[in-house]
Amino acid sequence: MSTLTSAEPIAVAAAPRKGRRPASRSFWETAWRRLSRDPVALTCGAILLVVLLAALLAPWITPHDPYRTSMARRLLPVGDARHWLGTDELGRDLLARLIYGGRMSLFMGFAPVALATLIGGFLGIVAGYCGGAINMAIMRITDVFYAFPSVLLAVAISGVLGAGLVNSLVSLTLVFTPPLARVAESVTTQVRNQDYVEAARATGASGWRIVLGHVLSNVTGPILIYASSMISVSIVIASGLSFLGLGVSPPNAEWGLMLNTLRQSIYVAPLNAVLPGLMIFIVSMSSNLISDSLRSSMDVKV
Amino acid sequence: MSMFMRSRVGFDGSPATASALDRGGPAQPLLIVDGIRKYFPITSGRFGGAATYVKAVDGVGFEVAKGETLGVVGESGCGKSTTARLLIRLIEPDAGTIVLDGDPVGGPRGLTLREMRRQVQMVFQDSYASLNPRLTIKDTITFGLKANGIDRMTAARRAQTVLDLVGLNPSMFDQRYPHELSGGQRQRVNIARALAVEPRLVILDEAVSALDKSVEAQVLNLLRELKRRLALTYIFISHDLNVVQHVSDRVLVMYLGKVIELGPVDLLYQRPLHPYTEGLLSSRLSMSPRKRIDKPPLSGDPPNPINPPSGCRFRTRCHLAEDICGRLEPKLGAPSGGPHVVACHARTPSSGHSAAGTAGPTITFPSP
Repeated sequence: MSTLTSAEPIAVAAAPRKGRRPASRSFWETAWRRLSRDPVALTCGAILLVVLLAALLAPWITPHDPYRTSMARRLLPVGDARHWLGTDELGRDLLARLIYGGRMSLFMGFAPVALATLIGGFLGIVAGYCGGAINMAIMRITDVFYAFPSVLLAVAISGVLGAGLVNSLVSLTLVFTPPLARVAESVTTQVRNQDYVEAARATGASGWRIVLGHVLSNVTGPILIYASSMISVSIVIASGLSFLGLGVSPPNAEWGLMLNTLRQSIYVAPLNAVLPGLMIFIVSMSSNLISDSLRSSMDVKV
Repeated sequence: MSMFMRSRVGFDGSPATASALDRGGPAQPLLIVDGIRKYFPITSGRFGGAATYVKAVDGVGFEVAKGETLGVVGESGCGKSTTARLLIRLIEPDAGTIVLDGDPVGGPRGLTLREMRRQVQMVFQDSYASLNPRLTIKDTITFGLKANGIDRMTAARRAQTVLDLVGLNPSMFDQRYPHELSGGQRQRVNIARALAVEPRLVILDEAVSALDKSVEAQVLNLLRELKRRLALTYIFISHDLNVVQHVSDRVLVMYLGKVIELGPVDLLYQRPLHPYTEGLLSSRLSMSPRKRIDKPPLSGDPPNPINPPSGCRFRTRCHLAEDICGRLEPKLGAPSGGPHVVACHARTPSSGHSAAGTAGPTITFPSP
């Protein structure tokens, strides 16, 4: 508690003071202030924002059609006067394809994690709060998924379901749900045994009311931190699925898929071939660093 | 004592509706506890069944009169806090009955837990852990009210009232977070939260033990003032014998999950009957350096509650222990016929203990 209040005047007990009392800050306000003063978080946030905006505004900002092929303009080098980042093996503009590919890749980074956070968070909180047999049932089922490495599991599920965007989404959600459920379960179990939950139970509040009013506010932080660290993994695995032909199908632009098709040209135009990988690296690195900053900004002893 | 006979009173006749204030009249005890028991299972091995039990509370029974303060004392691990949690049903008892002003708690015709909890509230020892760090003081206090179906506006007003009651200026404190308050202020908030649902019985589980002495005195005075103004009844659990003496009307002594002595505070403190109580009381340090205590009046730790000694549970540390103590468990009884009861063979006439004598209220007090 001293770490937080050190910069601020500590509340005075007796004698109401004149003038305004210092504003109280909630945990989230404090975390946000700390995050918004973290240069690493700001830089990475800006990078992600640029990529995200570019992906959202793709049709309006891309100079070329990402699907228009040209046999004459195959594998133009980076820095070409017309095609700034060159072209791919079918003569399509790489910049346009990278921007359009961002739509897919970012979606595949965030959507499965968001879904898994909702599902896994729900399961974990229920398991953690109820305890006993319900906990046992939920957590042992999620344990089954731990028997497989996550990439292998994603490949296996996608392989069974077949290629395609929705199937990749389903398989990635299934991959990320168990670890998120486990994190949610462990923090909920800690919170459940706190005196304030006992005190809330002693007032006669129902289980759901306590979960919504007391548990949720204390477990969202750790769950969010963990989920944010999963985003980069999700982008990488989704790209991997596309690379293996299990994700988005051609001619759609997606970074993993582009990496795969440009792979054959790596000796002819190495820079072009590296570009999609570089985007994957930048985005996953940024989201990882943001997750790190998020963790330290929420690491407030209050 | 009549507690063992009275405990079944609530089941016959009394209607199961929510009780209005003071249904049973002033003579009806606010709380009658009879034979409550809680054994915590210890599972040995992952798949093994419950092999052994910690006998945390083993057949505890007592009454609390309306408007009194019942002090509960005992060493760490004697079951004081478990008893408190059993009373407010944070833990389900394995056996025993609890009757609140004539109405049994639980059962088909008894009070529901929610009805009971509107009348019984609890203040916890750890003022910090018992406040949600993410909620403002106001949200913490109104939470329980809203859970009981009180609308937002009324709840907010009630929160202001109770904050005022505990001496915290609502306009200064209701939007604050627990980490911005001092220990004493936090405990006041905890008291305010407990009072918000307008309970009749407040269980104070070591409520002042974690506070420093000056703040402790303030909070004790506050509690006394609140009790007077709101006509409250307290169960005051503490390991601090001086504080218990200061606040209590009657005192209950627990040892290894059992009640071993219960009596009016003056009687019990001046003439403790149980050798354990005697030891506890003489373990208090004196302010005078001349009354230095050289050796501890009670030595050793309490025995393991998983496997308590046969007969009297205190006999392993008792200087009066005899053969009979290991064979027969002493029952609570009043050697002098008064309100002061004790569970000790040495104080029970005709028990077979050499110090007990044969009959009559005259008791000798061997010095330890």
